[in-house]
Amino acid sequence: MTTAISELQSVLHPAGADAAIIHQFSWVLFVGGAIIFVAVMALLALGMRRQARPVRPGLWIFGAGIAFPVVVLTALLTWSTWRSAELAPQTSHKALTISVTGKMWWWEVRYRDPASGREIVSANEIHIPVGESVYLGLTASDVIHSLWVPSLAGKRDMIPGRVTGLTLRADKPGVYRGQCAEYCGEQHARMAFHVIALPRPEFDAWLARQAAPAVAADTTVLQRGRDAFLAQSCQACHTIRGVTDTGNNLQQQIADIARRGPDLTHVGSRRTIGAGTLDNHRGTLAGWIADPQAIKPGVFMPPSHDLDGETLRALATYLEHLK
Amino acid sequence: MRNLYCQYGGFRTLLRAVAALACTILTSACHQSDASTEATRVAGGDPERGRLLTQQYQCAACHFIPNVQGANGDAGPSLEYMGRLSYIAGSIPNQPDNMIRFLKNPPAEKPGTLMPALGISDEEARHMAAYMYTLR
Repeated sequence: MTTAISELQSVLHPAGADAAIIHQFSWVLFVGGAIIFVAVMALLALGMRRQARPVRPGLWIFGAGIAFPVVVLTALLTWSTWRSAELAPQTSHKALTISVTGKMWWWEVRYRDPASGREIVSANEIHIPVGESVYLGLTASDVIHSLWVPSLAGKRDMIPGRVTGLTLRADKPGVYRGQCAEYCGEQHARMAFHVIALPRPEFDAWLARQAAPAVAADTTVLQRGRDAFLAQSCQACHTIRGVTDTGNNLQQQIADIARRGPDLTHVGSRRTIGAGTLDNHRGTLAGWIADPQAIKPGVFMPPSHDLDGETLRALATYLEHLK
Repeated sequence: MRNLYCQYGGFRTLLRAVAALACTILTSACHQSDASTEATRVAGGDPERGRLLTQQYQCAACHFIPNVQGANGDAGPSLEYMGRLSYIAGSIPNQPDNMIRFLKNPPAEKPGTLMPALGISDEEARHMAAYMYTLR
């Protein structure tokens, strides 16, 4: 499913119709600009020759200075207007809708479960079906962010208090890296995500798995990890459906309102942690829990210096287990 | 006579210089061979592959490791001089076999450690151990 090239975050490797149009625009501008630059430099060199021929200023001013730009820019405007009209319409009509909220410094992603109609909350990965138009409803909860997956589409700003939108369509399955494209604070550079384009049946199966509550902790180590999660009050910021929404409802309500941190119901199924900062396995999870400030300074999560080794390992193993 | 003496003195100085140079070369050669035996002390371990594995497993999420890309986290100790430390994790004699065992399953070797077992294979641990001994 994944290939190295599709994981490159690159404008030069389009994987969707819109990205292909942008890619074509880019090359026309690069090549056209280069040709005009070389021509101007050649004229300059000719003009600096010792025995330069006298020129007719009128011809050059009106020809190269006015007529040429008018013709070239008019042609470009016509062509780009025509091509832009072929970009996918920015509408949720007849499109799968996914909402993405930019947060300092991660992405909250919400899907609608077709079976129950409930929202499924996840983070830092946007799964989409291949070959279908997907409309991302975008907003931000703190400062302005911008969502950009160069292989699939252009950028779209995410503005607190407003909803913007972006249509995505991936023409081939793959993993496409994206990142925040609007400076949003200390960890702007570590605010990445992946768009994972799956064939429709795989996407449906994935969504059904995500809709389910967290898998049970069925060994002593996993139970110890789950208990540590609750004892450390991780649920003040993080949700694990099936674990944090039972019993003490008050804390869950607080988490729902604030939702400082990503939903961890299926955290073990994600590729990375810390919004693309580290690969996801029990080692990096343990390191992250122990001291996120060393890995991503300024992030809202505090370090846990009071966990003993065995508990920390159990907690990391438990989170890894939440596939 | 004075000439002779001078020549003799010059010869002695030259001898001393040569001896000193020889010593320097010998000692540095000793150091070098020392380091390389440490590095290849792990039979079948390839330090460069070990370095790449260390990067792949993202050991830098918790450890500072020179020449390994990553976050250089501080949950675990710096591995800058891992190859010349006497003990692994502060208590296990720093021997290749111990190192390999520790990398594969840290809690089994040192109960209570923060470091989890990452499912590192025998062969991977061998390469990573070889790399650890180059950190001096």
